[in-house]
Amino acid sequence: MEATYNYKVVRQFAIMTVVWGIVGMLVGVLIAAQLIWPDITLQLPWLSYGRLRPLHTNAVIFAFGGCGLFATSLYIVQRTCQARLLSDGLAAFIFWGWQLVILSAAVSFIFGVTTGKEYAELEWPIDLLITVIWVSYAVLFFGTIMKRKTQHIYVANWFFGAYILTIAVLHLVNSAELPWILGGSTSLVGMFKSYPVYAGVQDAMVQWWYGHNAVGFFLTTAFLGMMYYFVPKQAGRPIFSYRLSVVHFWALNFIYMWAGPHHLLNTALPDWAQSLGMVFSLMLIAPSWGGMMNGIMTLSGAWHKLRTDPILKFLITSLSFYGMSTFEGPMMSVKTVNALSHYTEWNIAHVHSGSLGWVAMITIGSLYYLIPRLFGREEMYSTRLINVHFWWSTIGVVLYIAAMWVAGVAQGLMWRATNADGTLTYSFAQSVNAMYPFYTIRLVGGTMFFLGMLIMAFNVWKTIAAGKAVNDAAIPQAVHA
Amino acid sequence: MIMDAIIGSVVTVVFFLVFVAIIWWVYHKENRHKHEEAANLPFQEEDDGIDHRRP
Repeated sequence: MEATYNYKVVRQFAIMTVVWGIVGMLVGVLIAAQLIWPDITLQLPWLSYGRLRPLHTNAVIFAFGGCGLFATSLYIVQRTCQARLLSDGLAAFIFWGWQLVILSAAVSFIFGVTTGKEYAELEWPIDLLITVIWVSYAVLFFGTIMKRKTQHIYVANWFFGAYILTIAVLHLVNSAELPWILGGSTSLVGMFKSYPVYAGVQDAMVQWWYGHNAVGFFLTTAFLGMMYYFVPKQAGRPIFSYRLSVVHFWALNFIYMWAGPHHLLNTALPDWAQSLGMVFSLMLIAPSWGGMMNGIMTLSGAWHKLRTDPILKFLITSLSFYGMSTFEGPMMSVKTVNALSHYTEWNIAHVHSGSLGWVAMITIGSLYYLIPRLFGREEMYSTRLINVHFWWSTIGVVLYIAAMWVAGVAQGLMWRATNADGTLTYSFAQSVNAMYPFYTIRLVGGTMFFLGMLIMAFNVWKTIAAGKAVNDAAIPQAVHA
Repeated sequence: MIMDAIIGSVVTVVFFLVFVAIIWWVYHKENRHKHEEAANLPFQEEDDGIDHRRP
């Protein structure tokens, strides 16, 4: 047992990544359709936009992205430490516990149970469950690093370590809340209701300190851990510059933590805090682009591989989107740009260039690498279908973000347009009306990305059917320093 | 308030110096070998994760 890797938990999480990806993106397609046809869900309260929207964001981030991160981090930490996971029992607990979190989240959103804090909508019982699972995850991950047989701790593990640690801090601080039940509530709704311990602008600042670092450490640092392992492996050569990766790691960690106030520009937040957030956001370009170049330049001298290997296409394209959105983000954090972009569809464009282009594509590429190895196959059932998936999703993302960019700028300009006498040129309803064509293009793009996931599910299914779960992957006995 | 500002400034300077020290350490000639070795960690296993013994 000790001489083999624990592939079981990796396999479970890898399959659930595909499943939750399909579920989360389907809900996304549904709410995109609701913006065009508001009555498409027959006015059922459980399927109203306000309840499905947090279901979509939580499902794609924490169910799809989360499972992808558990799968890859637990695989990478074993293989680069040449050690089996600290505990099989803990691994199983984390898998089943996380699925329970996802299911209870879905049910609670549908019934309208929410804290109302973006990306932290889950109510206190689920928050407590997440805390237990996350501590177990930290013990499992760092425990495995401690029993490693290699001398160095590979850089991907540093990125995963920072992610695990930071998410723990973010979750604990932002979810500090007082359950209404302590105040004597006896109703069913009251049992699950809680209120944050913070108030006013402090609450807003804590929320966006959390929100932005969830982007920074959940959706960036952790997926960079994926990048630093799977890009070199798929390209068949070590990372372009390991030293740059170390600088990349520390620069991101030092800077990211302070960028949160850019979500609160031109609000009641003190001006100095707004400027601080803007300056730190601008500085983030340097490490972000350094990391992107590091990943892409790993292919230097082997560019021809991009032509024939659709898995590499996924990985490298994801890095291009990472570069694009980490340039766009700092630009949007400039106060004057933000005055136009904030609260518009431009934000939706930015988020999806990051989440579909970067996060989803690096995850998909990594899974195509991982799944054959977990089921004893040389490669996926069909390489052609990977290529089809790649083009469907790339065209889908481009349609999506281009439509939302135009929509956002149009929206921002319409909202700020005034007549000579100072009255507004357009009513709000007019700006909503102008959105229809863009919402339609977005729906087409989003649906394409979703269909790509179905193609992937078919490919994964056929690969699994032809293979056999690997449970005896041996840990090399000869240790090279 | 004044104490807060002083602590904040000191921490900022200390963090900056730590970061400079990290860069110095990373690019120091003597550590070159160490980093090259670490970069090759994912490639220490020859079978690339695929078990060829399987039918």
